[in-house]
Amino acid sequence: MHASVCDQLHDLVQNAIEAGASCVRVMWRDTGRWLEICIADDGCGMTAEMRERVADPFCTDGRKHPGRRVGLGLAFLRQMVLETGGSWNLESEPNMGTTVSFRLDQTHWDVPPAGDVVSAIAGLMAFEGEYDLVLTRATSRGRYEVRRADLREALGELETATSLGMLRDYIASQEEALQKGQNHGRHDT
Amino acid sequence: MGAMTLEELRALRASKRKELSQRDAGEGVTQIIVGMGTCGIAAGAKETFHAIVDELAKQEISNVVVKQTGCMGLCSSEPSVEVLKAGMPGIVYGKVDDAIGRKIVQKHILKDQLVGEYIFDKPAADIMK
Repeated sequence: MHASVCDQLHDLVQNAIEAGASCVRVMWRDTGRWLEICIADDGCGMTAEMRERVADPFCTDGRKHPGRRVGLGLAFLRQMVLETGGSWNLESEPNMGTTVSFRLDQTHWDVPPAGDVVSAIAGLMAFEGEYDLVLTRATSRGRYEVRRADLREALGELETATSLGMLRDYIASQEEALQKGQNHGRHDT
Repeated sequence: MGAMTLEELRALRASKRKELSQRDAGEGVTQIIVGMGTCGIAAGAKETFHAIVDELAKQEISNVVVKQTGCMGLCSSEPSVEVLKAGMPGIVYGKVDDAIGRKIVQKHILKDQLVGEYIFDKPAADIMK
Protein backbone atom coordinates (compact mmCIF):
# COMPACT_ATOMS: atom_id res chain seq x y z
CA MET A 1 0.00 0.00 0.00
CA HIS A 2 1.03 3.64 -0.25
CA ALA A 3 3.02 5.12 2.64
CA SER A 4 0.42 7.77 3.49
CA VAL A 5 -3.22 8.57 2.87
CA CYS A 6 -2.07 11.68 1.01
CA ASP A 7 -0.06 9.51 -1.40
CA GLN A 8 -3.15 7.38 -2.06
CA LEU A 9 -5.27 10.47 -2.65
CA HIS A 10 -2.68 11.94 -5.01
CA ASP A 11 -2.67 8.71 -7.00
CA LEU A 12 -6.46 8.59 -7.32
CA VAL A 13 -6.72 12.22 -8.38
CA GLN A 14 -3.97 11.68 -10.96
CA ASN A 15 -6.05 8.78 -12.31
CA ALA A 16 -9.07 11.08 -12.59
CA ILE A 17 -7.10 13.72 -14.49
CA GLU A 18 -5.57 11.10 -16.75
CA ALA A 19 -9.11 9.85 -17.45
CA GLY A 20 -9.78 13.22 -19.09
CA ALA A 21 -11.87 14.75 -16.31
CA SER A 22 -12.79 18.41 -16.71
CA CYS A 23 -13.90 18.55 -13.08
CA VAL A 24 -12.76 16.54 -10.09
CA ARG A 25 -14.52 16.85 -6.73
CA VAL A 26 -12.77 15.70 -3.59
CA MET A 27 -14.51 15.41 -0.23
CA TRP A 28 -12.10 14.76 2.64
CA ARG A 29 -13.89 14.27 5.93
CA ASP A 30 -12.06 13.50 9.17
CA THR A 31 -14.29 12.81 12.15
CA GLY A 32 -11.48 11.72 14.46
CA ARG A 33 -11.96 7.99 14.36
CA TRP A 34 -13.13 7.79 10.76
CA LEU A 35 -11.42 9.21 7.71
CA GLU A 36 -13.66 9.35 4.65
CA ILE A 37 -12.46 10.44 1.23
CA CYS A 38 -14.47 10.59 -1.98
CA ILE A 39 -13.07 11.48 -5.42
CA ALA A 40 -15.65 12.05 -8.16
CA ASP A 41 -14.69 12.86 -11.73
CA ASP A 42 -16.45 13.38 -15.04
CA GLY A 43 -13.79 11.57 -17.06
CA CYS A 44 -14.06 8.68 -19.50
CA GLY A 45 -15.40 6.19 -16.94
CA MET A 46 -15.14 2.39 -17.08
CA THR A 47 -17.04 -0.45 -18.63
CA ALA A 48 -18.67 -3.11 -16.43
CA GLU A 49 -15.89 -5.51 -17.38
CA MET A 50 -13.19 -3.05 -16.32
CA ARG A 51 -15.03 -2.28 -13.05
CA GLU A 52 -14.95 -5.99 -12.19
CA ARG A 53 -11.19 -6.23 -12.66
CA VAL A 54 -10.04 -2.79 -11.68
CA ALA A 55 -8.49 -3.68 -8.30
CA ASP A 56 -6.57 -6.58 -9.80
CA PRO A 57 -2.93 -5.43 -9.90
CA PHE A 58 -2.44 -7.35 -13.14
CA CYS A 59 -5.19 -5.44 -14.87
CA THR A 60 -4.83 -2.16 -16.74
CA ASP A 61 -6.73 -0.61 -19.63
CA GLY A 62 -3.47 -0.60 -21.56
CA ARG A 63 -4.07 2.84 -23.03
CA LYS A 64 -1.19 4.56 -21.30
CA HIS A 65 1.46 1.92 -21.92
CA PRO A 66 0.21 -0.76 -24.34
CA GLY A 67 3.03 -3.14 -23.41
CA ARG A 68 2.44 -2.97 -19.68
CA ARG A 69 0.33 -5.47 -17.79
CA VAL A 70 0.04 -3.98 -14.33
CA GLY A 71 -1.98 -1.15 -12.76
CA LEU A 72 -1.45 -0.57 -9.06
CA GLY A 73 -3.36 2.55 -7.98
CA LEU A 74 -6.70 0.96 -7.05
CA ALA A 75 -4.96 -2.27 -6.06
CA PHE A 76 -3.09 -0.30 -3.39
CA LEU A 77 -6.36 1.23 -2.20
CA ARG A 78 -8.02 -2.17 -1.95
CA GLN A 79 -5.03 -3.55 -0.05
CA MET A 80 -5.09 -0.65 2.40
CA VAL A 81 -8.78 -0.97 3.29
CA LEU A 82 -8.75 -4.78 3.42
CA GLU A 83 -5.78 -4.86 5.76
CA THR A 84 -7.13 -2.22 8.12
CA GLY A 85 -10.83 -3.04 8.41
CA GLY A 86 -11.89 -0.15 6.18
CA SER A 87 -14.18 -0.10 3.17
CA TRP A 88 -14.17 1.28 -0.34
CA ASN A 89 -16.56 1.70 -3.22
CA LEU A 90 -16.33 2.33 -6.93
CA GLU A 91 -19.05 3.64 -9.22
CA SER A 92 -18.29 4.25 -12.85
CA GLU A 93 -20.06 4.55 -16.18
CA PRO A 94 -18.43 4.92 -19.59
CA ASN A 95 -18.42 8.56 -20.73
CA MET A 96 -20.02 9.65 -17.44
CA GLY A 97 -17.17 9.45 -14.96
CA THR A 98 -15.96 7.61 -11.91
CA THR A 99 -16.48 8.01 -8.19
CA VAL A 100 -14.08 6.29 -5.80
CA SER A 101 -14.68 6.52 -2.08
CA PHE A 102 -13.04 4.92 0.93
CA ARG A 103 -13.38 4.91 4.70
CA LEU A 104 -10.59 4.17 7.18
CA ASP A 105 -10.74 3.48 10.90
CA GLN A 106 -7.88 5.65 12.15
CA THR A 107 -7.66 3.71 15.41
CA HIS A 108 -6.40 0.69 13.47
CA TRP A 109 -2.66 0.23 13.97
CA ASP A 110 -1.95 -0.39 10.32
CA VAL A 111 -3.74 2.60 8.81
CA PRO A 112 -1.01 4.69 7.19
CA PRO A 113 -0.44 8.22 8.50
CA ALA A 114 -2.30 11.06 6.81
CA GLY A 115 0.94 12.57 5.50
CA ASP A 116 1.60 16.21 4.68
CA VAL A 117 -1.92 17.49 4.06
CA VAL A 118 -0.90 21.00 2.97
CA SER A 119 1.63 19.78 0.40
CA ALA A 120 -0.81 17.16 -0.83
CA ILE A 121 -3.63 19.64 -1.47
CA ALA A 122 -1.24 22.11 -3.12
CA GLY A 123 0.04 19.26 -5.30
CA LEU A 124 -3.47 18.23 -6.38
CA MET A 125 -3.98 21.75 -7.73
CA ALA A 126 -0.74 21.66 -9.72
CA PHE A 127 -1.12 18.82 -12.21
CA GLU A 128 -0.83 19.66 -15.89
CA GLY A 129 -4.03 20.38 -17.77
CA GLU A 130 -7.20 22.44 -17.81
CA TYR A 131 -9.18 20.46 -15.25
CA ASP A 132 -11.00 22.10 -12.36
CA LEU A 133 -10.74 20.62 -8.90
CA VAL A 134 -12.99 21.42 -5.97
CA LEU A 135 -11.74 20.12 -2.66
CA THR A 136 -13.70 20.21 0.58
CA ARG A 137 -12.01 19.48 3.89
CA ALA A 138 -14.29 18.84 6.84
CA THR A 139 -13.58 17.99 10.45
CA SER A 140 -15.62 18.25 13.64
CA ARG A 141 -14.18 21.79 14.00
CA GLY A 142 -15.36 23.15 10.67
CA ARG A 143 -14.76 22.95 6.96
CA TYR A 144 -13.30 24.82 4.03
CA GLU A 145 -13.43 24.55 0.27
CA VAL A 146 -10.82 25.39 -2.32
CA ARG A 147 -11.35 25.52 -6.06
CA ARG A 148 -8.53 25.30 -8.58
CA ALA A 149 -10.18 27.80 -10.95
CA ASP A 150 -10.27 30.42 -8.17
CA LEU A 151 -6.63 29.81 -7.29
CA ARG A 152 -5.52 30.05 -10.90
CA GLU A 153 -7.42 33.29 -11.29
CA ALA A 154 -5.91 34.74 -8.12
CA LEU A 155 -2.34 33.66 -8.86
CA GLY A 156 -2.33 33.83 -12.67
CA GLU A 157 -0.78 30.38 -13.00
CA LEU A 158 0.10 27.39 -10.83
CA GLU A 159 3.42 26.41 -12.41
CA THR A 160 6.23 28.60 -11.13
CA ALA A 161 7.93 28.33 -7.76
CA THR A 162 6.59 31.75 -6.76
CA SER A 163 2.97 30.82 -7.43
CA LEU A 164 3.32 27.35 -5.96
CA GLY A 165 4.82 28.86 -2.80
CA MET A 166 1.89 31.26 -2.43
CA LEU A 167 -0.54 28.42 -3.14
CA ARG A 168 1.05 26.42 -0.36
CA ASP A 169 0.81 29.38 2.04
CA TYR A 170 -2.88 29.78 1.18
CA ILE A 171 -3.67 26.11 1.81
CA ALA A 172 -1.61 26.18 5.02
CA SER A 173 -3.66 29.12 6.32
CA GLN A 174 -6.92 27.23 5.57
CA GLU A 175 -5.61 24.18 7.41
CA GLU A 176 -4.41 26.23 10.36
CA ALA A 177 -7.78 27.93 10.68
CA LEU A 178 -9.52 24.56 10.39
CA GLN A 179 -7.42 23.07 13.17
CA LYS A 180 -8.20 26.09 15.37
CA GLY A 181 -11.91 25.88 14.58
CA GLN A 182 -11.84 29.32 12.92
CA ASN A 183 -13.14 28.25 9.55
CA HIS A 184 -16.83 27.55 9.27
CA GLY A 185 -17.60 26.69 5.71
CA ARG A 186 -16.53 30.01 4.27
CA HIS A 187 -15.83 30.03 0.58
CA ASP A 188 -14.87 33.58 -0.13
CA THR A 189 -14.35 35.28 -3.42
CA MET B 1 -4.77 34.88 12.28
CA GLY B 2 -7.69 33.47 10.29
CA ALA B 3 -7.67 31.77 6.95
CA MET B 4 -6.30 33.81 4.06
CA THR B 5 -8.99 35.01 1.65
CA LEU B 6 -8.68 34.96 -2.12
CA GLU B 7 -8.53 38.76 -2.04
CA GLU B 8 -5.53 38.54 0.30
CA LEU B 9 -3.98 35.97 -2.03
CA ARG B 10 -4.37 38.37 -4.98
CA ALA B 11 -2.76 41.14 -2.91
CA LEU B 12 0.10 38.82 -1.95
CA ARG B 13 0.70 38.04 -5.63
CA ALA B 14 0.77 41.74 -6.48
CA SER B 15 3.25 42.51 -3.68
CA LYS B 16 5.50 39.58 -4.66
CA ARG B 17 5.55 40.81 -8.23
CA LYS B 18 6.90 44.17 -7.10
CA GLU B 19 9.43 42.91 -4.58
CA LEU B 20 11.04 40.16 -6.65
CA SER B 21 13.77 40.88 -9.14
CA GLN B 22 14.23 37.28 -10.01
CA ARG B 23 16.99 35.42 -11.74
CA ASP B 24 16.34 33.89 -15.13
CA ALA B 25 17.44 30.38 -16.01
CA GLY B 26 18.61 31.35 -19.49
CA GLU B 27 16.46 32.08 -22.52
CA GLY B 28 12.85 30.99 -22.87
CA VAL B 29 10.82 29.02 -20.40
CA THR B 30 12.45 25.95 -18.92
CA GLN B 31 10.21 23.05 -17.92
CA ILE B 32 10.80 20.56 -15.12
CA ILE B 33 8.34 17.66 -15.30
CA VAL B 34 7.99 15.24 -12.40
CA GLY B 35 6.47 11.79 -13.03
CA MET B 36 3.59 11.36 -10.61
CA GLY B 37 2.13 7.96 -11.46
CA THR B 38 1.57 5.30 -8.80
CA CYS B 39 5.23 4.27 -9.11
CA GLY B 40 6.53 7.81 -8.72
CA ILE B 41 4.30 8.62 -5.75
CA ALA B 42 5.31 5.39 -4.01
CA ALA B 43 8.98 6.27 -4.53
CA GLY B 44 8.65 9.79 -3.09
CA ALA B 45 7.92 11.96 -6.15
CA LYS B 46 5.76 14.32 -4.08
CA GLU B 47 8.77 15.13 -1.88
CA THR B 48 10.93 15.54 -5.00
CA PHE B 49 8.39 17.94 -6.52
CA HIS B 50 8.29 20.09 -3.38
CA ALA B 51 12.10 20.06 -3.04
CA ILE B 52 12.48 21.34 -6.61
CA VAL B 53 9.87 24.06 -6.08
CA ASP B 54 11.54 25.05 -2.82
CA GLU B 55 15.02 25.20 -4.38
CA LEU B 56 13.75 27.29 -7.32
CA ALA B 57 12.20 29.69 -4.82
CA LYS B 58 15.42 29.84 -2.78
CA GLN B 59 17.43 30.58 -5.91
CA GLU B 60 14.80 33.15 -6.96
CA ILE B 61 14.41 31.67 -10.43
CA SER B 62 11.37 33.00 -12.25
CA ASN B 63 11.21 31.47 -15.72
CA VAL B 64 11.02 27.79 -14.84
CA VAL B 65 7.71 25.96 -14.73
CA VAL B 66 7.33 22.80 -12.68
CA LYS B 67 4.73 20.28 -13.78
CA GLN B 68 3.45 16.93 -12.62
CA THR B 69 2.57 14.26 -15.12
CA GLY B 70 1.67 10.56 -15.00
CA CYS B 71 3.97 7.57 -15.29
CA MET B 72 6.81 8.27 -17.74
CA GLY B 73 7.76 4.59 -18.01
CA LEU B 74 10.73 4.63 -15.66
CA CYS B 75 8.98 2.72 -12.89
CA SER B 76 12.13 0.99 -11.72
CA SER B 77 13.97 4.30 -11.46
CA GLU B 78 11.43 6.56 -9.83
CA PRO B 79 11.11 9.35 -8.96
CA SER B 80 11.79 10.47 -12.51
CA VAL B 81 12.21 14.06 -13.65
CA GLU B 82 12.41 15.45 -17.18
CA VAL B 83 14.14 18.78 -17.83
CA LEU B 84 13.49 20.71 -21.05
CA LYS B 85 15.76 23.73 -21.41
CA ALA B 86 16.45 25.82 -24.50
CA GLY B 87 19.83 25.06 -26.04
CA MET B 88 20.17 21.74 -24.25
CA PRO B 89 18.89 18.26 -25.08
CA GLY B 90 15.82 17.04 -23.23
CA ILE B 91 17.07 15.06 -20.24
CA VAL B 92 15.28 12.46 -18.12
CA TYR B 93 16.70 11.88 -14.67
CA GLY B 94 15.88 8.83 -12.53
CA LYS B 95 16.00 8.13 -8.79
CA VAL B 96 15.65 11.83 -8.03
CA ASP B 97 15.18 12.33 -4.31
CA ASP B 98 15.03 15.63 -2.44
CA ALA B 99 18.81 16.21 -2.59
CA ILE B 100 19.17 15.29 -6.27
CA GLY B 101 16.17 17.45 -7.15
CA ARG B 102 17.94 20.41 -5.55
CA LYS B 103 21.17 19.51 -7.36
CA ILE B 104 19.32 19.50 -10.70
CA VAL B 105 18.18 23.07 -10.01
CA GLN B 106 21.64 24.18 -8.88
CA LYS B 107 23.56 22.57 -11.76
CA HIS B 108 21.31 21.88 -14.77
CA ILE B 109 18.99 24.87 -14.41
CA LEU B 110 21.47 27.49 -13.20
CA LYS B 111 24.76 26.37 -14.77
CA ASP B 112 23.74 24.25 -17.79
CA GLN B 113 25.63 21.31 -16.26
CA LEU B 114 24.11 17.82 -16.31
CA VAL B 115 23.81 15.74 -13.18
CA GLY B 116 25.42 12.86 -15.06
CA GLU B 117 25.05 9.92 -12.73
CA TYR B 118 21.25 10.24 -12.61
CA ILE B 119 20.51 10.53 -16.34
CA PHE B 120 18.24 7.88 -17.89
CA ASP B 121 17.85 8.08 -21.63
CA LYS B 122 14.94 5.75 -22.27
CA PRO B 123 11.94 4.15 -20.56
CA ALA B 124 11.82 0.62 -19.18
CA ALA B 125 12.10 -2.24 -21.67
CA ASP B 126 8.42 -3.27 -21.56
CA ILE B 127 7.37 0.28 -22.47
CA MET B 128 9.68 0.29 -25.49
CA LYS B 129 8.18 -2.87 -27.09
